[in-house]
This record gives sequence, C-alpha cells and structure tokens, in this order.
Amino acid sequence: MSDDVAAEADDSGETASPEVEIEVERLYGAPVTEAFGQRALFPSLDTYLELCAELASQGFGQVVDLCVVDYLQYDRTDLPATVAPERFEVVVNLISHTRRERIRVRLQVADGVEVPSLFDIYPGTEAMEREAFDMFGVVFSDHPDMSRVLMPEEWVGYPLRKDYEIGRIPVQFKGAPSQR
Amino acid sequence: MTIAEESESTTQEAPERSEAPIAGASAEAPEAPIAGASAEAPEAPIAGGIVGTDDRVRSRDSAVLRMSEAEVGELSLDPSHELGESKMLINMGPSHPSTHGVLRLMLELEGETVLRSKPVIGYLHTGMEKTGEQLTYLQGCTNVTRMDYASPLFTELAFSLAVESLLELEVPERATWIRMLMCELNRMSSHLLFMATNGMDLGAVSMMIYGWRERELILRFFEKVTGLRMNHNYIRPGGVAADLPDGWAEDVIEFCDIIEPRLEEYDILMTGQPIWRERLQGVGVLNEAECLALGVTGPLLRASGSSWDLRRDMPYLAYDQVDFDVLVGSYGDSFDRYAIRLNEIRESMRIVRQCVEHMPAGDYRAQDKKVTPPPRARIDESMEALIHHFKIFTEGYKVPAGEAYAAVESPRGELGVYIVSDGSSTPYRMHVRAPSFVNLQSLPHLMEGGLIADAVAVISSVDPIMGEVDR
Repeated sequence: MSDDVAAEADDSGETASPEVEIEVERLYGAPVTEAFGQRALFPSLDTYLELCAELASQGFGQVVDLCVVDYLQYDRTDLPATVAPERFEVVVNLISHTRRERIRVRLQVADGVEVPSLFDIYPGTEAMEREAFDMFGVVFSDHPDMSRVLMPEEWVGYPLRKDYEIGRIPVQFKGAPSQR
Repeated sequence: MTIAEESESTTQEAPERSEAPIAGASAEAPEAPIAGASAEAPEAPIAGGIVGTDDRVRSRDSAVLRMSEAEVGELSLDPSHELGESKMLINMGPSHPSTHGVLRLMLELEGETVLRSKPVIGYLHTGMEKTGEQLTYLQGCTNVTRMDYASPLFTELAFSLAVESLLELEVPERATWIRMLMCELNRMSSHLLFMATNGMDLGAVSMMIYGWRERELILRFFEKVTGLRMNHNYIRPGGVAADLPDGWAEDVIEFCDIIEPRLEEYDILMTGQPIWRERLQGVGVLNEAECLALGVTGPLLRASGSSWDLRRDMPYLAYDQVDFDVLVGSYGDSFDRYAIRLNEIRESMRIVRQCVEHMPAGDYRAQDKKVTPPPRARIDESMEALIHHFKIFTEGYKVPAGEAYAAVESPRGELGVYIVSDGSSTPYRMHVRAPSFVNLQSLPHLMEGGLIADAVAVISSVDPIMGEVDR
C-alpha cells in the first residue's frame, strides 16, 4: 500500500515543481484528473455553479449522487497541483444518458463556508444536499429547505464528521429493571 | 396501455416500439387527471420519454411541503391556521401498513385531495455509513447488505465492485456469472415482493400470499447457496463466498418453471382486471424530464419512457454477453411501473436461464493471496496458511489510496457505492447512493392533486425500502 501512495505522490510531484509554470489538464475550464477510468473535475467555489450549468448543457442531465467527505484526518495526494485541499469535499456524480458517461465534480470547501445549492440546475439534489448538511454541517445557500433529513430536527452535531466520536451517546434501555 | 419493448441491440436512435401482448395491451389511453399529463399516447417519442417539461418539479413552491415537523405540528393543532379553513394538515405513518416500513408523510389536504406533502424519513437511520468506516473491507459487505433488505445482493455487489476497482482486481469468469445469476434471482425475488405488497396495498389481498409464495422459492435457493435467506454477505471483494452447491442448476430451472406460469396467473389476476387498472392507470404520472431532474432511476424512470438501464447502457459483470430486453412504459403512471416490474421478472428469468446454460467452470474467487483467504483444507496442514487466514480476518487487507464510484442497476434504480480509501484496511469514507432515497423525492410530485386513496397506490408503486432510504 505504501508503494502505491508513494507512486501517486511522485505523479503529482512532477507537475508541482516550483520552477515551472504549473500546467494542469483542464476540461470544461476546470482541472481534471482521471483514476480507475473515472474522471473528476475540480472547480473552485466561484466556478462551481458555472461548471455544473455547463455540464448540464453538455448533456449531463442527471445528478445521480451528491455527498461530502471530511478529510480532517487524511492528507490526500490525488488533487491537481492548482487545487488547494480543504477540510470538506463535496462530491457530485453526474451522468449523461446520451453520451453514456459519468463525470465527477469535487469541490473543496472549508469548514463554515456556504456552498451554492444545485437545486436550480438539478432539483434532484434537494434531498442529497439535505443529507450532506445533516451529516456534515455543510450549508448549501439558496436551498429551498435546508433542514435535517435523517437525524431528528433538534439534533446537535454532525455525525459523519471525523471529529464526531462514535459511542458518545450512551445507549440507555428505559424501563429495564436493574438486577443489582 | 402498452409496454413498449426495446430490444437490447436496438440503439437509442432507432427504438423499435412494438406492442407487447404480455402486459395486456388492450385498454385505451387512461384518463390522466393528475398534473396535466397528456392522456394521449405520445405518437413518436424517439428515444423514449413522455414529452413534457420539468417546470413542475423545478418550482420552489411546488408540491413539496417545505415545513419542519414542528411547524406542521403547530399548524395542525390550530384550527384557524394560515393555510385556510378548507385545508387540513394530516400525518400518515410512520407505522402505517401501506407505508412499507417506517415512512412518515405530512400531507396537506383539501377534502380528500392531496395538495402538498413531505416525506419524513430517518426512523431507521443507524449510521451505517459511519459504521462502514470502522469495518474492514472484508467486513464491509456484512454492513452494506443490511441496507436494502429486499435485494441485499445488489449492495454487496456495488460495494465489491468499488473495492475491486480500487484494488484493480480481476474477478474470475465463474465468479462474475455466479454474481449475475444471484443478482437476477434477487431482482426476481424483490419484484415478487413488490407484486405482493402492491397487490395488498390496492386490495388484491390474495396477491400478497401469491407473491410471498413465489419469493419463498427463491429465498430457499438463496439459503442453500449462501446459508441465509437475507443479508447474505455472499458477494465479496474478489468473488463470491462459496461455490454454487451441487444440483444448483436443476433447482434453478425447477423453480423458474414453477414461477413462469404463475406470472401468467398474475396477468389474469391483476393486469387485465378492470378494477386493478382503474386504481393504477393515470395515477401518479411523472414524465421523463421530471424523472431526470429529480434524479429518479430504475423502473420509475423507465416507466416514463426513458430507455435507460445500466445493465445494457453501461454494462458491468457479463451483461453484455446475455440477451435481454429493457422495458419502457408509455404513460409514466403507476400501472406502467407495475407492468414494468412484472415483465422485468420475466426478463430476469431469461438472464437466469442463460446463466444456467453458460455458467463457466473455474474458480469462484480471485486467487490473489492479499485478498483471498486460504482454502479451509490448507489451514490444517500449513502454519503459514493459518497465519495468513488469521491476518486477513483480523487486520483485513489494505486497499490502495484513491476514490472510486461503482454503480449497479438494482431493482429500484441506480445503486452506487462511493469509496475513499486512505490506503488502510478500512474505508476512509463509504457512501451509498441509495435509489430509494432519491426516488422518494418524487413522492410529493406524484401525489399532488390525487386522492388519499391514490397516495397509497403511489407509495407502493415507488417501492421504497426504508432500510436503504435511512441507512
């Protein structure tokens, strides 16, 4: 495993040498990477909506999935040289039925930064963005109903964050008589 | 009402729309009172799809009741609430026989008509994605198989495919075909369960018994192969857990031969029934554009006339080597969704029979020592094999760093697993794209303007599995 990580680090090291002008491969105006035959685009927060609208007009008619990854405990090495890693990453999986291909959009988001909602382009992201908010606390601005979806409404905390401890809430069995 | 069949080889440009007699193509166009879906047959919808716009689902004040539970609770107690006197807020579920588990709906009613609604979910939420981060890749399948409990093998498959693409692991041919056989059987059992519950929800109560009866035959076979009737943990990264037992082919053919004529009985019992048609035709219409906008996949999308099936359009396993048809609907209503599922049982059976015929010999799991535990017999004679076995089951195996998404066509739509690996033996992040979770978004739009009684038909035709919705 360590070999593989080292190999990947080498790859990105090539493009990141300080003397040369950083040149990364681009697609639809955003840096692009390919791994395991799957392409990923890396827009910035400003170009995120623009890119998704462009993808929609290019035939990517459906967002199949939107989720968030919390990179608090893992320094990943697969980002293009021009993309600065942030704590959260919003991952949008799009599909084009006419071209029969998939593409992934990976957006870097710092803690506390609002992400523009994709609702107006892809209304189907409503529930997915709600889930992302519910689990990670990433707020999507201009979302029609930014509320919790899986956890109870009055819940405090964001369970899928890496600093949200498991087992922090003791399990209580109410009404079970004690033997002692 | 017709179900157009599109042959596998036919491309998107030239769909051959033939009237399939099986779905009982006799009645004329249904009245479609909901949401102004056109009642006429779309004359030449090239490349499928009911013509229509998706404005309805794009609107921000659409059929979705965008209120919190607390707000609705307060409003419903106040008789002179701001919505007007004729409107009523009512709660349905989470414990309701027709909500398929613990789905709760908040409905805004005017008389018996549903205006806006909101599904309230999360009652089965147990944090399975968080749990997935604690379990090794070997244990991961045990976790994900519990999500969609009606078709557990598909989640196992998607998880395994994602892990295998990170490992860049080749799976032997026999393992691939066993996976395909088991998944198609699972699709049959899942759709039979739908037949049973859909029948029960609409008052065809005897159908419930019949659906369960046929499903039982398949579950018995699953028990024979995997040891369990549900939550099999059978498909694992690298292959499957065990080879098929002796006499499996005869078993499969035997129960396929039993189920096939019984599907004809379903046609008599339901498909051609005037009451059945009355209850389903024109109820809960969604056109193609709306389906795409809402992220809806699976039988719901195909019912809207969009010919999209990952098995044919983005083949995985060996689906490019078997012959089957992708079924599409013409009206996007509940009847189409029912008819598509019924006929998908027949298509799955076709694939199953081909699997029986073509099942290749060979190994049922990849012989990659990093991933595959040693055979049981080796443990008795070799200390190294024992250590190897112990290491794999305690520490697990390490998966190269990276991220991958793998998707399969589950009975409910696109089921995807997104895995981020940091190079250790547990996933850094494991996310499941659950088709039921996304499809459930269409519920308010499907129910808008319909009667409460139709709401039951609509929930049933979306066929959500709450274990997968809530995860």
